[in-house]
Amino acid sequence: MADNVAGAEAGGAGMPQLDFSTFPNQIFWLVVTLVAIYLILTKIALPRIGAVLAERQGTITNDLAAAEELKLKAEEAEAAYEKALADARAEANQIVEAARAEIQAELDAELAKADAEISARTAESEAAIAEIRAGALESVRAVAQDTAGEIVGAMGGSADAEAVAAAVEARMKGAS
Amino acid sequence: MADEATSEGGGLSFHPLDQFIVKPLFGDGPIHWYTVTNSTLWLALAVLSVVGLLVLGTRGRAIVPSRLQSVAELVYGFIYKMVEDVSGKDGVKYFPYVFTVFLFIFFANFLALIPMSFSPTSQFAVTGFLALAVFISVTTLGLVKHGLGFLSLFWVTAAPLAVRPILAAIEFILYWVRPVSHSVRLAGAILAGHALLKVFAGFAQLAPAAPLAILGVLAIYALEVLVAAIQAYVFTILTCVYLKDALHPHH
Repeated sequence: MADNVAGAEAGGAGMPQLDFSTFPNQIFWLVVTLVAIYLILTKIALPRIGAVLAERQGTITNDLAAAEELKLKAEEAEAAYEKALADARAEANQIVEAARAEIQAELDAELAKADAEISARTAESEAAIAEIRAGALESVRAVAQDTAGEIVGAMGGSADAEAVAAAVEARMKGAS
Repeated sequence: MADEATSEGGGLSFHPLDQFIVKPLFGDGPIHWYTVTNSTLWLALAVLSVVGLLVLGTRGRAIVPSRLQSVAELVYGFIYKMVEDVSGKDGVKYFPYVFTVFLFIFFANFLALIPMSFSPTSQFAVTGFLALAVFISVTTLGLVKHGLGFLSLFWVTAAPLAVRPILAAIEFILYWVRPVSHSVRLAGAILAGHALLKVFAGFAQLAPAAPLAILGVLAIYALEVLVAAIQAYVFTILTCVYLKDALHPHH
């Protein structure tokens, strides 16, 4: 210890940095150190790290490309899905439309049929009513003739059947 | 240490510069150029740290890196980008040299923050050699690449013609001062910081001043952590700037 301090003091006012007697030693070991680091770097470390970085860059580029591709595929799939959905919707609309038209046609046909039946029935009923009315008129006439004949007989006259009939006829015309 | 303190006769003993003494690691003999010293030990530890980070740290060669590997890649990318940005594309082939310089200074600085350690980067022998190596190699590179055209580095064509000779003289002097500033900046920063740490630690021997002194040590230590990284960065980026001047001397 003591001779080191002495050496330092001899070197330069107590500043060990200026003790030139240690310079050759320091520079020699520094050169050894630098050469060692340089060789370690150029022989092992730098190629290795460079390769790893390049490989990673490659992997990242590949992954990005793959991701891009997958994204395209996904977009395609989405478009196809959208198209299928739109087609299905259109088809459904078409089917609904067709069904509606069919039902409408059927309904119209049924309605026409029903209308025709109703009018046929109505006509039939009217005919029947007319017949009944005609029948009733005939009956009224016969009853009137008979009644008139009987009334004339009861009043003591002999009723000419034809005259009674004519009178009833005239009366009924007048009445109606 | 103890006998020195008593020999000075006071309760306080300050030896802030003792930490910078280069001494043999084994025995007490004289220091020959090949002697294994405390400096050698910490230089070797710097090499081991480089191996630990850049070789052991990356041995997985993982696409998804481990922590240590990402640190190694980060440092690699940081310096690589620095060389590319500052020195230009054609500076990239000198990246291993720049990276060597950076890693050496970086690890030497940080290892020197371990208590009782030795800081090689506080030695003018070390930083001076580094700066001179950069200066000589860069100047040689410039002369080889551009011949006398390298001298156009001193001829500032952006300035008015009348001013150019004066500027040339200034630039020329500045150029020669480069290795001095380059080396003294690093050694000075590390030396001053470590000496200051020791001074504060010395004050801790006085009981009343001890709390303040310990806080001071803490603060300076935090500052030194910053300085260790910044000085490595500064030395490296200046190396890149000088390299750029050699590759592209025309302003």
